[in-house]
Amino acid sequence: MKTKDLFLESYTALLTNKVRSGLTVLGIVIGIGSVIAMVSIGQGASGQIQSNIEGLGSNLLTVIPGALQAGRGMISGGRGTAQTLKIDDVGVLKQINGVLNISPELQRRFQIVSSVGNNTNSNVIGVRAEYANVRNVSPQNGSFISNNQVDSMSKVAVLGPTVAQDLFGDVDPLGKTIRINKVNFKVIGVLEPKGSSGFFDPDDAVFVPLTTMQKTLTGVDYLSTIAISVETKEMISQVQEEVIDALASKHQVDPQNPDFSVVSQADILGALTQVTDTLTVFLAAVAGISLIVGGIGIMNMMLTTVTERTREIGLRKAIGAKKKDISKQFLLEAIILTFLGGIVGIFLGWILSMLISNFAGVTTKISLSTILLAFGISALIGVTFGYYPAKRAASLNPIEALRYE
Amino acid sequence: MIKCENITKIYQNGEIQTQALKDVSFEVGDGEFVAITGPSGSGKSTLMHIIGCLDVPTSGKYFLDGKSVSELSDDELAEVRMKKIGFVFQSFNLLPRATVLRNVTLPLIYAGVSSEEREKLAEEALKASAFPEKFWFHHSNQLSGGMMQRVAIARALVNNPTLILADEPTGNLDTKTGEMVLYTFQKLHYKQGRTIILITHEMYVAEHAERIILLRDGNIIDDTKIKNRRIVNKFE
Repeated sequence: MKTKDLFLESYTALLTNKVRSGLTVLGIVIGIGSVIAMVSIGQGASGQIQSNIEGLGSNLLTVIPGALQAGRGMISGGRGTAQTLKIDDVGVLKQINGVLNISPELQRRFQIVSSVGNNTNSNVIGVRAEYANVRNVSPQNGSFISNNQVDSMSKVAVLGPTVAQDLFGDVDPLGKTIRINKVNFKVIGVLEPKGSSGFFDPDDAVFVPLTTMQKTLTGVDYLSTIAISVETKEMISQVQEEVIDALASKHQVDPQNPDFSVVSQADILGALTQVTDTLTVFLAAVAGISLIVGGIGIMNMMLTTVTERTREIGLRKAIGAKKKDISKQFLLEAIILTFLGGIVGIFLGWILSMLISNFAGVTTKISLSTILLAFGISALIGVTFGYYPAKRAASLNPIEALRYE
Repeated sequence: MIKCENITKIYQNGEIQTQALKDVSFEVGDGEFVAITGPSGSGKSTLMHIIGCLDVPTSGKYFLDGKSVSELSDDELAEVRMKKIGFVFQSFNLLPRATVLRNVTLPLIYAGVSSEEREKLAEEALKASAFPEKFWFHHSNQLSGGMMQRVAIARALVNNPTLILADEPTGNLDTKTGEMVLYTFQKLHYKQGRTIILITHEMYVAEHAERIILLRDGNIIDDTKIKNRRIVNKFE
């Protein structure tokens, strides 16, 4: 039997029962469509987190004081509670090959009042000029903190867009005065919005010179973070090792058990994508159930078809069809159904994911791998659920099949 | 052409054994038109299944075209049926919602014949079974019983078989259309020299053949040439 004829036979058989075939395909369409839509939600979330993290600065290493406790993750790492990082450490780190820029930072929350009378509670971060480079921020209006202002302990401030909106509303904050902890600062710039990265919102922060932060606002000499930008992605892990060694010998502690931690973007990303991956798997599993139901629908229809067409199968065998001719035809019918369902389902899933991102405001992303996966699954379902009915058809005895009423 | 040697068929249904054929031996030569007849339960259906290579005997030998087919596997039997046997059934067994032409070409699909060749062969077969050309593209379920049976005859002819095996071909038809079908068989026999085996329980129908094999309880009790053969010629 020729392949072309095989396709023609299966296709004609499906067409004779348009409504039943259509409803069966619908089961697969819904299954594949919901898998695609659900996976697109998961992948969209993970993609957004990734771009946010990368937006925080490329090839970034962060040194924070205190050791990370195993099992508790970086968020409970006690940033700001330990006081082991000092401004002298920056000098040591500058010696390391591959380090591009270093941004020492001190962060604390303060109540802030603006000259127009609004007030807010926000993060105040003491920075040097390198911050803009390392953390990948740029002023929308005005300018960022310069190292001259750091050296002269100027009382100037740069506002994140959220803080600027909270404090000044529609008024242009440039040149206006804000009060942080009863000290007046002149606003010299407002940053471009960047979007939250999940646990830290760079838009909701006020930037002041590091020296002013240490001496005037807090009266401490330590740092809460040192951010390091590395020349290339490939050098990150090597630089990470060297930073640990250099700081450990400076602090005179065991590098295996240091009084600080170095976190790379990959670490943060890893922790967060773990969450989104779990989400994706969960959503896909829920949608997968409907796919299985669709597959059972295929099997149900094929079994009905085989019973209904018993005489036809008997005839085909009587005029010379071999077992494999019959099983191929019925298997192909099941595969055609799932294949059609797969194609339509991909479009449905695509439309669904667009609707979700438009109306629910959730970022969605459909990747080629999702589509290929859905296609693979639908083909697999066709083979799995079509196999048994096809086998049953092929093993019918022609004499009994011809007699079947 | 066809040679049955001591064919015995026993059906085993749980504890109960049924002997459908007992030591049946006969031969059918090339170009013969034979009717196998007998009351129900005489074993004619079983014999037809064995002659048609749908089943194999429990013991004994069956030669078709000089080749023994009694020990072949299911798929090998299918191959023999495809090449050498054309079936005509009581209930036509046409594909509904398929055109006449598609029904006739169906056996050729399994023989792997190209679609142009299939159409050509189907047209020849339809002409040979006197099926009017204007219905060639009608769906088979739109035809009358007599027409349907002639489509089935064309389907049996299309692979140019050595043997045409008709199982109660007039059983579902009224007398007039039944005669039309018998006329078609007679014409195929004397014009094309086809070998035809007709299985029927009606003596009247059997008398349209040249020779009658009479079965009873699994034995051949009579095998004679028909003296007053019925010839249908009113459709000439």
